[in-house]
Amino acid sequence: MRNALTIAAKELRSYFVSPIAYVVLTGFLLLGGWFFFNLLARFSLFVNLYSAMRNPDAQMRLNLNDFVIAPLLHNLSVVLVILVPVITMRSFAEEKRAGTYELLMTSPLSITEIVAGKFLGALAFVLIMVGLTGVYPLILMFYGNPEVGIIAAGFLGLFLLATAFLTIGLLTSSFTENQIIAAVSCLVVLLLLYVISWPAESAGPVLGAVLKYVSLTEHFSEMVKGVIDTKDLVYFGSVIALALFLTQRSVESVRWR
Amino acid sequence: MIEVRNLTKRFGDVVAVRDISFTASTGQILGFLGPNGAGKTTTMRVITGFMPASSGTVKVAGYDIFDDSYEVRRRIGYLPENPPLYGDMTVTSYLRFVGRIRGIAKAELGDSVDRVLRKCGLTEVTGRVVGHLSKGFRQRVGLAQALIHNPSVLVLDEPTIGLDPRQIIEIRTLIRELSGERTVILSTHILPEVSQLCEKVVIINAGRIVVEDTLANLTQQMSLEEVFLRFISKEPAEERSESEEATA
Repeated sequence: MRNALTIAAKELRSYFVSPIAYVVLTGFLLLGGWFFFNLLARFSLFVNLYSAMRNPDAQMRLNLNDFVIAPLLHNLSVVLVILVPVITMRSFAEEKRAGTYELLMTSPLSITEIVAGKFLGALAFVLIMVGLTGVYPLILMFYGNPEVGIIAAGFLGLFLLATAFLTIGLLTSSFTENQIIAAVSCLVVLLLLYVISWPAESAGPVLGAVLKYVSLTEHFSEMVKGVIDTKDLVYFGSVIALALFLTQRSVESVRWR
Repeated sequence: MIEVRNLTKRFGDVVAVRDISFTASTGQILGFLGPNGAGKTTTMRVITGFMPASSGTVKVAGYDIFDDSYEVRRRIGYLPENPPLYGDMTVTSYLRFVGRIRGIAKAELGDSVDRVLRKCGLTEVTGRVVGHLSKGFRQRVGLAQALIHNPSVLVLDEPTIGLDPRQIIEIRTLIRELSGERTVILSTHILPEVSQLCEKVVIINAGRIVVEDTLANLTQQMSLEEVFLRFISKEPAEERSESEEATA
């Protein structure tokens, strides 16, 4: 465990001494801010419109959770699909290219410690990234009265989604010594998991249900609605555990190839 | 103490190292020679546990590299051909990191880092970023990294490559000092280095050991250069028959 934390600390530091952390965080917050601003502008436009039309029913249906937070979280999740591969692409690929892989593999570390360290380092970074977007609901809570529980569930969903993404990124990074291949293959897998439920409606009941269950978005949407269902938590847990397990196998394979 | 027994390493159809055996005893510096592509680096990577052998065994300090890989890795210091450096870390933070993953307790870490900084002549560059250092300093950081946990076995893959003459002399002196109770395997192309440092010489050619003897015995009648050339020039005939085997 101590070794895993040592590696995690090194990973986290290497994000912040290189420009990657700043570029990724700036880009993420810039896009997030743009989404937030526009969603909020649209929301206040609706409020003014409905009150001018004296339509109290429609006005009652307007709320910050459905009209600002939920679409914001969905937009951020799309940005994560693109940015997480960039965060994780170095993790193993860069070590292999720079020759430091030899240092790690010939040190008295277990493969599990190496993978756990890489995972925790990236996890800390993602936590910072998602945590910084928490400023948007804070602004809403200051000026309005959104439902805090739903927001918390949605952000938990975003964090779990990002964690699942990053374990898939670690896996693809462990296959190659080329960072671009690692990033692109991660991006393809993430996009595929994102859109895999599209044909669900027309695919027949069994296959449709399977596709829906496999899709990351379906589970994420539930949490954005404020529903924390065991089914969704189990899903995210399984994706994370499976990807980490496969990463561990993939890294270990040099020892028995 | 390093004991290599009938070691073979294949990469797919390519046999990089074929049934080699040799021993380096404690306190000995073993010069590991051979032309480029002979299998030196592969052998060292197997000894250090980076990659497994296809067959055969290696024992380091009495521990089998496959069964007790962890114990072996604790006792071995390894400088690969390209020093394994994180370009974005400072010299001190890099060495602290390596010390930690090599199992040095936090309380002793500062002393260990200071010791290798002094030994490898790095005291002026402690705060510099590794990626900005000159080749010579990088090589020394690589050596410092291999020494930080005070290993009983040192595996050095071309440690003096890219250094200027003064640095080469310093590193040689350092390696001689280090040998003491340690076992050192030194791979190199520079034959005078072997003549100055090593007690024992192993020459590998096309994946096979062609010579294993003490330096004194080998250089009784001719210079090390002549010995080296004579043993590796036997290669063409053998290699031809090997490649025929492979195609057949």
